[in-house]
Amino acid sequence: MTRYTSRSAVEGLVTPYQVHRDVYIDPEVFRLEMDHLFANTWVWVGHDSQVPNKGDYYTTQIGDQPVIMVRHSDGEVKVLYNRCPHKGTKIAIDRQGNTGKFFRCPYHAWSFKTDGCLLAIPLKKGYNGTGLDQTESAKGMKAVGAVHTYRGFVFARLAEEGISFEEYFGDSLSSFDNMVDRSPAGRLKVAGQPLRYMHRCNWKMLVENQTDTCHPMVAHESSAGTAVQIWEEMDMPEGTPKPPAMQIIAPFMSPYEFFEEMGIRTWPNGHGHTGVHHSIHSDYSEIPGYFEQMTEAYGEERAKEILGENRHNTVYFPNIMIKGPIQQLRNFIPLGPDKTLVESWIFRLVDAPDELVARTAMYNRMINAPTSIVGHDDLEMYERAQEGLAADGLEWVNIQRLFEEGENFEEEAVENGTTERQMRNQFHAWVKFMTASMPEALEAAE
Amino acid sequence: MSNLTKDDLIDFLYEEVRMLDESRFDEWLKLWCKDGIYWMPLDYRQEDPIHETSLMYEDQFMLRLRVDRLNGARTFSQKPKSRCHHVIQRPFVDEMDHEAGRYVTKTQMHYVETRMDEQFMLACTAQHHLVLEDGALRIERKRVDLLNCDAPFGNIQLLP
Repeated sequence: MTRYTSRSAVEGLVTPYQVHRDVYIDPEVFRLEMDHLFANTWVWVGHDSQVPNKGDYYTTQIGDQPVIMVRHSDGEVKVLYNRCPHKGTKIAIDRQGNTGKFFRCPYHAWSFKTDGCLLAIPLKKGYNGTGLDQTESAKGMKAVGAVHTYRGFVFARLAEEGISFEEYFGDSLSSFDNMVDRSPAGRLKVAGQPLRYMHRCNWKMLVENQTDTCHPMVAHESSAGTAVQIWEEMDMPEGTPKPPAMQIIAPFMSPYEFFEEMGIRTWPNGHGHTGVHHSIHSDYSEIPGYFEQMTEAYGEERAKEILGENRHNTVYFPNIMIKGPIQQLRNFIPLGPDKTLVESWIFRLVDAPDELVARTAMYNRMINAPTSIVGHDDLEMYERAQEGLAADGLEWVNIQRLFEEGENFEEEAVENGTTERQMRNQFHAWVKFMTASMPEALEAAE
Repeated sequence: MSNLTKDDLIDFLYEEVRMLDESRFDEWLKLWCKDGIYWMPLDYRQEDPIHETSLMYEDQFMLRLRVDRLNGARTFSQKPKSRCHHVIQRPFVDEMDHEAGRYVTKTQMHYVETRMDEQFMLACTAQHHLVLEDGALRIERKRVDLLNCDAPFGNIQLLP
C-alpha cells in the first residue's frame, strides 16, 4: 500500500503540536526519510582524527547509505559511496584501516584513487569498443554530493544540490565551537571505540529525548534517586569526597525547577540545545592545572567565557547530539522504522590534562552503555513507546508542552527549559527537508 | 602463609556465579574488597580502562547502586525482572602466591540472560584477582571480556 504519494500527504503527518504515529512506525515513511530527509540534510560522518594519515579510511553510513570516509593523497577528507561501480561489491568491509594510495575491489581488482577516480581494470582490452567509457561505472567510486569539515567534524550531504553547510547550521555551530575551544590547542581527538547500543525503536524517539527535560527525574529515579539515597545512608562526615556516581548520575534527580530554569534554545533547521544558563554538567569538580593551561592559551577572560558555557545537550538535526562540556557525540543511526543503532563517541581535548577524558569516558559508560543502569530505563521507555504506538485508539503523539500559537522556527529563540519547542522545531525541519526534493505528487510506487 | 588449594579457589568462583544466578546479589557484594573494581572492556584486548570507554568500570558504590536499583519500586526496566544463567568451564588458576595471599584465575563461560520473551547469550572470559582478607577470599578485581565486545547490544541488565 502506498499512502504517502504526495507532498501534502507527508505534510499532513505533522501539525503544530502533534505528529502522526506513522512517522515512527510506517516503513514507507522510513523509506521516504532515507530518500529525502537524509539526502537533503547535512549528516555527520566522522571525525578527521579517525583518519590522520593519507589512505586512512573509516566505514559508516549516512541514513541507509554505506559510505567510506577517507584521507585522500592531497590531505583532504573525502566521502565516497562504499560500492564498486562494477558489480556493487562493498570496497571496504572493516570499520577502519589504511588502503595506501588506492582502493582495490576484492572481486575483480578494479582499482580506484582515494578520491574515487577509476585507476585501472585488469584485462582492460575486453572493454575496447564496448562503450564502457560512456557509463557511470567508468567514472569510478561515486562521491557524495558535498562534504564539509568543521573544526575536525566531517559532515556530508548526499544530494548534489541543496542547502549550504553554513546556511544549514548557522549559529548552532557555537556548540561545536565551545566543545573544541575547551582544548587549549583548539583540537579534539577521538578517544577509543564508540559504545554501540541497539534500540528497537524509531531513531526520532532518541533525538527527541535529548531535549526532553521532564523525564530524567521520573524514568531515572531508579538509578539517580537510589544513588542519592545510598549516599545519604552512608552518612559520611562533611567534606568526604563523593563517589564518581554521585557527580555523574545524581544530577538526573534535579527537580523540575532546575530544568525549567536551565532554558532551551532553538535555531532554524531543527537544531537546538538544553542548558542555556546552567546544566547537569555545571558543577563538575575542577581539574588541577586545566584552567591555567586554558588561561595561557586564550587569556583569563576568554578562558572563563569558554568554561562558563555549560550547555547540556545540543541536537544537530537530523541525528546527532553533542555534549560540549564533556566532549561526547551520540549518533542515532536509523536502521529501520523500529531499529536504531546508537553510537556514543568521546573525544580527548588535545593538550588538556588526562583527568578530563577520564571523566568523559566515565560519563559515557555510566549513562550511555548497554550495561548502563541509566540507559536501561531509557531504552525501556522507547521500546514501550514503539510497541504502544501500534494501538489503534489514538493516532497522534503530543508535543504541546509550552506551545504558543504562531511559533516561528526560522528565528533563534530561548524558552523555558521544559518546553517541547525543540521537538516541534525538529518536526518543522523534518517536513521542510522531507519535501524539499519531492514533486507535488510523488509518482505512484510501481 | 595460606594453605589454600586450587579447589578452594575454584569453589569460590563457582559459588560466585551461583549467587548471581540465584539473585543473591547482597551476598555477592560481600565477596568484594572495599576498593574492588569490576571491569568489562569495550574493545578487544583493551588495556586502558580509564581514558577510553568501557562497558563497565565500577567501584563498590556503583555495584551497590546497581544491586539496590534492581529491587527499587520504580525500576521500570526490571518490571518484570531479568534472570541469568552462567555455565562456566573449570577455571584456570594462573597464579598462586600463598606468601602474599594473592591469586589470579581465568574462567571461560557462557552467560545467558532473559527477560520476558527475549533471551541472549554472551561468550565471556572472566579474570579474577583474588586476595585473602582475614582468612577469606575477596575479589580485588574482576575483568570480564566479551567475545563480541565490539558488537551492538541491547540492554545487558544483570552481571556476567
